[in-house]
Amino acid sequence: MAELPGFGLYVHWPFCQAKCPYCDFNSHVSTQIDHAEWARAYEMEIERLGEETGERRLNSVFFGGGTPSLMDPQTVERVLSSARRVWSFANDIEITLEANPTSVEADRFKSFFAAGVNRVSVGLQALNDADLKQLGRLHTADEGRRAFDIARAVFPRSSFDLIYARQDQSLSDWEAELAEAIAFASAHLSLYQLTIEPGTAFGDRQKRGLLRGLPPDDLAADMYEMTQQMTLDAGLPAYETSNHAQAGDESKHNLIYWRGGDWAAIGPGGHGRLTLDGSRYATETPRSPKEWLGAALNGENPENRTVLSQEEINEEAVMMGLRLAEGVEAALIPQFEEKINNINGLAESNLIELHDGRIMLTAAGRPLLNAVLRELLV
Amino acid sequence: MTDLNHIRNFSIVAHIDHGKSTLADRLIQMTGTVAERDMQEQILDSMDIERERGITIKANTVRIEYPAQDGQTYILNLIDTPGHVDFAYEVSRSMQAVEGSLLVVDASQGVEAQTLANVYQAIDADHEIVPVLNKIDLPAADIDRVSEQIEDVIGIDATDAVQISAKTGVGIPDVLEAIVQRLPHPEGDRDAALKAMLVDSWYDPYLGVVVMIRVIDGTIKKGDQILMMQTGAKYKIDRLAVLKPEMQDIAELGPGEIGVLTASIKQVRDTRVGDTITHEKKQTATALPGFKPAQPVVFCGLFPVDNAEFEDLREAIEKLALNDASFSYEMETSAALGFGFRCGFLGLLHLEVIRDRIEREYDIDLITTAPSVIYHVFMRDGSMIELHNPADMPDLTHVDHIEEPRIKATILVPDEYLGDVLKLCQDRRGIQQDLTYAGTRAMVVYDLPLNEVVFDFYDRLKSVTKGYASFDYQMTGYRQDFLVKMQILVNDEPVDALSMMVHRDRAESRGRAMCEKLKELIPRHMFKIPIQAAIGGRVIARETLSALRKDVTAKCYGGDATRKRKLLEKQKAGKKKMRQFGKVEIPQEAFINALKMDS
Repeated sequence: MAELPGFGLYVHWPFCQAKCPYCDFNSHVSTQIDHAEWARAYEMEIERLGEETGERRLNSVFFGGGTPSLMDPQTVERVLSSARRVWSFANDIEITLEANPTSVEADRFKSFFAAGVNRVSVGLQALNDADLKQLGRLHTADEGRRAFDIARAVFPRSSFDLIYARQDQSLSDWEAELAEAIAFASAHLSLYQLTIEPGTAFGDRQKRGLLRGLPPDDLAADMYEMTQQMTLDAGLPAYETSNHAQAGDESKHNLIYWRGGDWAAIGPGGHGRLTLDGSRYATETPRSPKEWLGAALNGENPENRTVLSQEEINEEAVMMGLRLAEGVEAALIPQFEEKINNINGLAESNLIELHDGRIMLTAAGRPLLNAVLRELLV
Repeated sequence: MTDLNHIRNFSIVAHIDHGKSTLADRLIQMTGTVAERDMQEQILDSMDIERERGITIKANTVRIEYPAQDGQTYILNLIDTPGHVDFAYEVSRSMQAVEGSLLVVDASQGVEAQTLANVYQAIDADHEIVPVLNKIDLPAADIDRVSEQIEDVIGIDATDAVQISAKTGVGIPDVLEAIVQRLPHPEGDRDAALKAMLVDSWYDPYLGVVVMIRVIDGTIKKGDQILMMQTGAKYKIDRLAVLKPEMQDIAELGPGEIGVLTASIKQVRDTRVGDTITHEKKQTATALPGFKPAQPVVFCGLFPVDNAEFEDLREAIEKLALNDASFSYEMETSAALGFGFRCGFLGLLHLEVIRDRIEREYDIDLITTAPSVIYHVFMRDGSMIELHNPADMPDLTHVDHIEEPRIKATILVPDEYLGDVLKLCQDRRGIQQDLTYAGTRAMVVYDLPLNEVVFDFYDRLKSVTKGYASFDYQMTGYRQDFLVKMQILVNDEPVDALSMMVHRDRAESRGRAMCEKLKELIPRHMFKIPIQAAIGGRVIARETLSALRKDVTAKCYGGDATRKRKLLEKQKAGKKKMRQFGKVEIPQEAFINALKMDS
């Protein structure tokens, strides 16, 4: 059953070599980066946060982006040293870095490991060159596999991401590709359906009616179902909507998000949740790298903070927690008594299950999470 | 009081966008009626919706003082009238109050269907007509061709047409001179008993009901005790004024003059347009014939999306009705939609204008049910029921036959789109009555059932002709046809807001189109939803909206929690915009959009 969620640190590195057409994360392409300044800014932010949180045990650090594998390994090392100075590290602390599988980055894996990173998540995204090109990736399928081989040799824990339900992808295409992926996967795997987000290159193309070949809803649903079955058969069941792992190899950091724990977020466009003096805050830093860097180096707090009400805290906990196979405490649903008819209806339709005071989605309910949430929360 | 020889009363006849309001603006501006700093475009149109849509809905008037070239100063009274067919009754009664018309035709476009309809009203009212060719500065202007068209199609002499550009002001002095020299002055006897025509009335939040009058005989002064001859109501005049276009008090109005009065009249419904106003003590012997009141021809239900807003809706509708005697309403209850109102309108534009005003000025989201015309249902026992609402359709075993209203539609269209227009009219059960050519355009006259026109005929016409066709219609009467009530069932529950009367031969294609449209408009639910069209118990069309299979967001990490929460807030707000029919939620816009057909 669910453990205590713990405390994590998210570090956002906002730069990429090139922007991918599907990506709506806060990423920027820049050729002039003063790595030492960024390292100093991260250090100052960690010091500032440490003074506010006081002594806490840190369960995880996650370097996300952007493309954090483009960071100077020294920056990673300096972030981790200051985090260790400010907070105490749990014995089993998980330190993850997201990496792109180009040869340049694979060459630096050893330095990242030496800096303290013990888990890597590699963005393979596809296993054939044509689709990688369509997704705007800068690596080939071969480079990807080689980079992942290096990663799993260097780091104690590793994972890779794939995107499916791509343009012109058939069910059998994906079946073959997923079988290949499972064959060389380690103990963790992230499998995302391609989502067209507004404000991305794909989003613009879709708005103009030029994005063709996306699978119709029913095919996308078939792909999702097949993915669940194949990963389950291979001993990599979904512990979250899009994340699969052998028991014990789940991402500790991401579980903090889904279980409603606390995490501090530093870097531009970082979102955190912090409990300070009995109030839970949603924190958000400016998206512009320049603006964030300036504020952090000036010793100003760049965060925008909002206090969350108990109802908002509970709603978030339900929205995030129902993504997990383990579900959430049913009592977290606001106005539970008023929702009882909806809850019973969902249970009768075999979309949710209730036991031991917890509520969780069934296999049939998992792809319908948003509809279920409407019944439970709206 | 002004000498009859120095008065000219006129209206302007034009198709929409041919420059009627701009010409009025220029006449007002050039004569210094309104100070330059107070001038704005479409100055006579006071409603936001009028300015936004570029149309005139209410007739308006302005009194202009014009020192003519003959050295005399003339009083020119302009009544600006609506151009759209829905408001044709406003045009006809305004025409009765003046002696002449300016016929404004866009020199680059030529005569349009609305020009024709309105100019015939002017001819019926015995007007002297001065043709004015506007937009002569446009490169596409073709003065000779359009002059010829005016002579061929309308049959009036266009040799002395005044050539202007209302936009740049070219030719405006010539228009003013033509009004003075070519339009007749009014006739009247100032010593006779007072006889004045009630031209229009409207509600002003500060003044109460304002009544526009045209004096025929006698004189009228502030403080006079007056009698409205049709209603028998008596009032004392509080205020007498002319419009410039702001109200300006005046001591007296004599024969031929146009002005406004207030008399502590509570609501517009207390006045009857076309009524004769006379003095209570010294009454005129003969009343004016009066006008037939405007009758609503299109009916629909208006329901608040949020049931809690019913009282707000009642208040909004009552306020709008105070100022619009042509709009009727009564309370209606629907099993699915709760409390609302069955409202009657002069046409679809009128319906849209009222609906927009309720949504905008009173901030109430509405569900508009399928518009319906008035059917005459003849029962076996010989009685006749006027059916405004398909929900009230009596049991068929008692019905002998049904008649529906027909119209005469006049369409002007460039040759290259003629085929499409004929097809559209045939598809809508039209019977061709006339087809003639005027230059490069065809004039098509069709006898059509009104119920085929109310939904989207005008939209379809515009789309098949790329906007080049113009259209006007008049009601002609009732005719028997094979009409049936079609119901729409969503998840096996009848949705009465979507019920409609259709011709038997059109029911299947109409039902199929509605089911297909609804399949697109209703979001997928967690279960599959049958959507059916039925006549009586017989299903004539069916679609199935398959169940939602997957909607989960692929990625949701720390940065997405806030976004998810905002989405939740949006969903909570959006839920208020949906109505529940059994287990199915139907979005507000689905009701009106389901009726719009693609062909």
